[in-house]
Order: sequence, then C-alpha cells, then structure tokens
Amino acid sequence: MNDYVIEMLNITKKFPGIVANDDITLQLRKGEIHALLGENGAGKSTLMSVLFGLYQPESGTIKKDGKVVRISNPNDANRLHIGMVHQHFKLVEVFTVLDNIILGAEQTCRGILQKRDARKKVLELCDRYGLQVDPDALIEDIGVGMQQRVEILKMLFRDNEILIFDEPTAVLTPQEIDELMQSMRNFAREGKSILFITHKLNEIMAVADRVTVLRKGKGIGTVDVADTTVDELAEMMVGRKVNFSIEKSALHAGEAVLRVQNLFVAGKNSGKNKVNDVSFSVRRGEIVGIAGIDGNGQTELVHALTGLEAATRGHIFIGEREITTATVRERNNMGLSHIPEDRHKHGLVLDYSLAENLVLKSYFDPDYQRAGFLRFDEIYRHADQLIDRFDIRCGQGGLTPTKSMSGGNQQKAIVARELDLKPSLLIAVQPTRGLDVGAIEYIHRQILAAREAGCAVLLVSLELDEVMSLSDHILVIHDGELVANVDAKYATAQELGLYMSGASKQTMNSECEVEA
Amino acid sequence: MKKPHPRFSQGITSLMASLLSVAIGLLVGLALLYVLNASHALTGFGKILTTGLATSEKLAKVLYQASPLMLCGLSVAFAFKTGLFNIGATGQYTMGAFCALSAAIALQLPWYVALLFAMVGGAILGAIPGICKALFNVNEVITSIMFNWITMYAVNLSINNMPMMLTNYWAKSSIKDRTAPLLDANPAAVLPKGGLDTLMNSNYINIGIFIAVIAAVIIWLVLQKTVFGYELKACGYNRHASQYAGINAKRNIILSMVIAGALSGLGGGVYYLSGTGQYTLIKALLGMGFNGIPVALLASSNPIGVILSSLFVSYIQVGGDALQPHFIKENIDIIIAAIIYLSAFALLMKGWIAKLFLRNSLENANAEIALETRLEAGNENAAVKKGEQA
Repeated sequence: MNDYVIEMLNITKKFPGIVANDDITLQLRKGEIHALLGENGAGKSTLMSVLFGLYQPESGTIKKDGKVVRISNPNDANRLHIGMVHQHFKLVEVFTVLDNIILGAEQTCRGILQKRDARKKVLELCDRYGLQVDPDALIEDIGVGMQQRVEILKMLFRDNEILIFDEPTAVLTPQEIDELMQSMRNFAREGKSILFITHKLNEIMAVADRVTVLRKGKGIGTVDVADTTVDELAEMMVGRKVNFSIEKSALHAGEAVLRVQNLFVAGKNSGKNKVNDVSFSVRRGEIVGIAGIDGNGQTELVHALTGLEAATRGHIFIGEREITTATVRERNNMGLSHIPEDRHKHGLVLDYSLAENLVLKSYFDPDYQRAGFLRFDEIYRHADQLIDRFDIRCGQGGLTPTKSMSGGNQQKAIVARELDLKPSLLIAVQPTRGLDVGAIEYIHRQILAAREAGCAVLLVSLELDEVMSLSDHILVIHDGELVANVDAKYATAQELGLYMSGASKQTMNSECEVEA
Repeated sequence: MKKPHPRFSQGITSLMASLLSVAIGLLVGLALLYVLNASHALTGFGKILTTGLATSEKLAKVLYQASPLMLCGLSVAFAFKTGLFNIGATGQYTMGAFCALSAAIALQLPWYVALLFAMVGGAILGAIPGICKALFNVNEVITSIMFNWITMYAVNLSINNMPMMLTNYWAKSSIKDRTAPLLDANPAAVLPKGGLDTLMNSNYINIGIFIAVIAAVIIWLVLQKTVFGYELKACGYNRHASQYAGINAKRNIILSMVIAGALSGLGGGVYYLSGTGQYTLIKALLGMGFNGIPVALLASSNPIGVILSSLFVSYIQVGGDALQPHFIKENIDIIIAAIIYLSAFALLMKGWIAKLFLRNSLENANAEIALETRLEAGNENAAVKKGEQA
C-alpha cells in the first residue's frame, strides 16, 4: 500500500556549469502540507519546475499514485491535477477575475464562450473555501492578496489535487498570511496535497506537516515539523548554526540628518500622487524603517530623496542644506549613500569589472584619476581592500566580471562601495532582497555598524521582520502616505499589518517629527 | 589550473565570433557566386580572396578605401559603446564631405583646415540627434535617419547653387553634376601622399589611412583609460546605474553623438580630399556611412577591431571589383553585400560561442554563479515590472 500521491525519486537536473538538483527525492503524502525549504539557489524552483513539466530531469522518476508518469509540459501536469501558484503571478491584467480563472480551460459551444457554468463553479469554490473575490473585477484593479486568491481559484477550478505554492507569502501582509495559511489547512483537510516553497522558517512551523530541506542542489533530509525546531531547520538549510538574534546597542540619536517636509511625488502615468504629503526625519545614529506593501510609494519616495526622480512639492534637507532640487552627484557628495532596491537596474554596471563598480561613485576623485585618465593601479588596490574588508567572494579579484558574481556577493559589493564612502546618511532599500541567510546576517551587521558609527539610516523594506529587527523607529507607508509612526520596541507585526493594509491609521499631524 | 584574465578571454570570444561570422559570410558569398554564374564561381571566389594582395597597387586601393570606412566604423562603434545607434553616419559623412570640399574649393583653404571643417560639420550634424535624445527623449535612430536625407538634399542643393564648386567652373567641361577635381581647383587641399604613392605605385594612396588608424587608437584610449570613457561606457551599459552614480547622462549622450559625428565627418573629408574622388550630385545616400555599421558590428565595437574589420571589408570590396566582366556590377554588389552583412553577425555568434564554452566547463565555478545570478535576475525583473504596473 502506497500512501504517497507524488513521488519524485532521485531527480537530477543539470544546467550548463551547475547541478541544480543532485539526486533529490521528495515524497508527498495525500492531505499533507509539505514544505520545501532552502536558500536561494538551493534548487527548490528547479525541482518544482521539473514537477510542473517545465524542465526535463537527466535522471530520476516521478510517480503519481505509485505509477510512473512522464511530465513533459505544464499541460501534462495539469492533466495529472498538479497546479502551481507562481511567485510572480501569471495573470492577464486587463481581464476580469473570472476570465483569468477560466483562461485555458474555457467551455465553448460552437466556438462561443460559455461562462455561466464557470461562474457558478467559481462562486461555489469561493464559498466552500472562504476565498473572497469579485469575479467581475479587473485584475489591475485588485490588490495582490486578491490576485493570489485568483491564482488559487485557477488551480481549484481545474480540480487540481496537488497544489504548489512558490513563496506565496512574500507579497502579503501578516493578516493576509494568516488567511492564506487557513486556506491551506482547509485544502489539506479536503484531501488535497500541498507543496509549500519557502525560506521562512516560522511559516513552516505554523502550517507544515513535514519539511524537505535542500542545500546547494542536494536533498539534506525530510523531517516532521513536530519533531524539529527553528534552529535545527536553519542549521539544515545553511549548513551551520545561525544566529537570529540581532544585538543592537541602545539608541544614541543625535541631530537630524535627513528632514523631509510635506513631500509630494506625482505618478508617472496618472495624475495621482505616488507620495502624498510625507514628512519625517532621520537622526544621527538612528535607523528609521519604512514598512509597507510593495507598490505603496516606497520606490518613488526613495527616488525623490536620492535625486533619481523630481519631487513635485515639498522640501528635503540634508543637515541644514535644502537638496530638493540638487543633482544626484551633489547629494552623493554631501554624504548620501544609497543601496538601491534593484541592484541590477541601478546598483551595478554588470558589464563592468568588480573594481570598476567599486568606484562607480568615486571614479572622479583625485585618488582614482589624474588629468582625466583613470588610475587603474589605485582602482584595483581599492578593490582588493574592499574585497578583503567586506568578504566579497569573487573568482578573479577586482577583475571579476560583475555579471558572473552571485547575487549575494553583488549585493556585498554595493554595500561595500556605499559604506566605504563613510556616509552621513544611508538609504538602504531592500538591502537583503533575494539573499541567503548568511549574506543577510552579514549585511544586517554592516548596517548596524554604520548606525554605531553615527550614520543616519533610512531602511525601506518589504520584509517586515527586517524592518522590525533593525529599526529604532518604524514608519508605515500606505498608498503614498505615512499612516503610522511607532517605536520599534513596542511594535507588533499584527499592529503594523493593520497599518500596512490601510485598515487602520494613526492620526498624524503633518509636521510629524520623530521624537524618542 | 590558472584562469585566464577575464578581459583576455572575452577578447578571444569576440575574435572567434568575428572570424566565424567572416567564414559564414564568405561561404554564403561562394554560394551566391554559384547561383549567379556557376562556371566562374571558383575563380571568382579566388579573385575576391586574393586580389587585394595581388599587387601593391591593389593593396594601396584597399588602404585607400579602408580609411573612410574605418572612420565611419569608429563613429558607429563609439556611439554603440554609449548605448546609441548612430545610423546617421552616412549623413555626417556627406556633411563632412561637403564641408571639406567647400573649405578646399570655395574658400581655397589647405587640406588640414578642410579636414577640420569636415569634423566640425559632422559633429554639428551628430549633435542634433544627440540633443533630441538627451533633452526630449527622441529616438536617435529616427532623427538620424531623417537627417541623412535632409543632409543629402541640402548638400546637393547647396553645391548646385555654388558655381565655384562644380567641375565646369575650373576646366573646359560641361560636367555640372559633380564637384571640381581638387588638383584643378586647389592642389594644396589634396591630402599629402607621404611618399606612399611612389612606394606602392598608386594614385589613390595618401596619409588618410594613418589619420584613421590614429583616430582609432585615440578612441580606444579614450574609452579604456579616461574618466570620460568610463562615464560614456557606464551610460551605454546601464543608463539607470549611471544616473544612480550621478553621471550626467544627458551631457554624455550629446558629447558621444558629437564625437561620433566628427569621426564620420572626418571620414568624408579624408575620402573627398584624396584628390581622386569627386562628390556626385545623385539622389541616393552614400554607402560608406552605412558600411560603417557592419564594420562596427564585425569588430564588436572595439576600436582596434574596427581597424581590422574595415581593412577586411575594403579588401573584399576591392576583390569584388575584380569579378568583372564575368559578373555584372549589380550582382557583384549583392555578393559583396552578403559577405559584409553576414560578417556583421558577430554579436550573434558571440552569444553562441559563450554558450558553447559554458557547456564545456561543467566544473567552472563562475558559470554556476552566473546561472544563479541569471535566475535571480529573471525573478527580480519580473518583480520590478510588477512594481511598475502597480
């Protein structure tokens, strides 16, 4: 008697230059929530892509209900009732919810679309699982939480029995995460089997029955969640003990370094303000965190502060000097460092070598040029120094093509460059996005060290945990407005979640100064 | 095992890609020869490959034609490095020719001043698309294509209305559709031969080839060694990152187009001040500027590579001329164009070769990291798009 619905046995998948999955075995029981845990690049997505028919493994077999099956494309997967919610939703923005759900599984009568039965079925599913959606709303008009429910309904509509969730909580507020987990439990109770890809340990502890850990393409093991602890899982994932607690010294804030008064930034395409009457300040030796859901004006706010985008109204000061209309170079020279949200778009010139990237903001300095000619010997010496000091792993030192470096080391390079400028103000946006635990730990320590050194830090992140553990003060942004200002010591995820979703709002006067 | 210097291995990949493209171009040329006149295909192919080195006079012709081509190729390559596509090289080349000839014939100035005029003319014409791009975000391809035609007609119109410029003004002749031979109009404006003419037994050769090679070396120096080149390349590789670094992208876009224009203009000057060519008033764009595009592509936009690729293209062109009378002029043009344009597939080849290398080095750690980065980049790009939509 075999009680596994899906078995992936000894799967090996190679890519040019890398073994993404090395002899991995994953067995999914009926009605269980099975977590797949691993760092970035551990091979989780590859394994799921194999199951979903996007990749063909070099060796290994897949069994469904004990029978060997061949899945050569997503349609095969669909026929075997395997469904997947991708990390980045695959929805047609200008279609309605209902149209998106039936897309690819439409019922037609002589070529004419028949939607009445489909609508009935969708509404039934909504009722049965408590998934609230408006079938006639356009995808572009609804929030990410509801978009995710649409993706889930797509799977249910196709009567999928095996549901794969790829990092589903990354875009959700704490409340939405709770709802999602409740839904997952409901599905499991109904006998559906769930594969839950994540690198967040507390989510696994909360919802999963068993967990399979991958590390660098290898299967490390499968354990019952009831028999393990967060620390054990972390060690399995990273391969060494991980220190989660962040040691932070007491706050010694000095004078305000960054002051923002009634800042407005207009949206690019619509007349709507992306940043709406925002005022705050950041002081020496203090980390102010901005929490919020993706797309609530964080990007525009940071661009206005760093000079990449013009503010429509309001004032920005560094120290006593107003910089509202200053150029990027002027701001940088006044001691502003910026770890950008998108390291490939803004942070690095990928076609440049590591050394060239490490002087991206100081190449014009007399240290690195003489009479307009670059002093490459100095540039490489500088690179060697930073590589050493910030532990940047690269194959060929300063000459390493930046393109060939891993995401974590690229990010370390940016952090090294920005902190080496000895900034008085550091604006760090999503500084640990997509990085593994080790690199995250490292970058967090660096940011805290900058705070110790008297730097004023503005931290903008979508990871609530990150904001909560690093910040001294937390501002919450929703729809372009600052809706809350809380002391990080007393903040709870639940409270912040309410602010983030816009369900709750502090009464904040426009001259909201952050006082300790 | 010691890893090769990354710049070096990149260079090797580029070179291999270029050579492979050349080989493919030649094969297609051979196939075309068979289609057009099978009985003379092989001898014709031999002529294409050998004529350029057959006599010193032919070699002189190769060098003579290569100089303006090299300068146009440099112009396109330089703009490419800054992320701009200078399809206006032909217009700038025409403008350079006009300015050089006006200085030489109408103003009776010596050759070096005429070359300066040519550069300034090309630079001004290059500046227009640069300014439109930098200040109003108008695509430089569209502006420069339109200016190619505007320039051609404006130059023809001007020359028509400058009686001094035309052949019949200087010699007993009824020819009114081309500019005066320089030897009649102003011998001081003819580029010096530097003794090369007697050495190689050719009327064509002059110091133009040295001017072009020096320009290539200077451009290489600027791009590789200077702060200005660093900024230009940063803008070209990643405009967002250069903006983030505080680089004045607008200024650099304009400067880059000005320099690109000056190079093409210089090309026009070098060609028409040789004393052997006369500017003919026809309603067609000059091919020289356009041929700068395959020259730049074949060289992967490397200035030193441009020296080699322009010599190659010129060599093939001279070889093609020797195909007469077994092939008619138009067919020769097709064959030569096919070889040249397929040779420009170097970029495509580069991608393939890079992939081939990756597959061969399963244990290469760098590749592993690269893959990881690529996967991650894919995810992040999707995230960025999402954010932009929201």
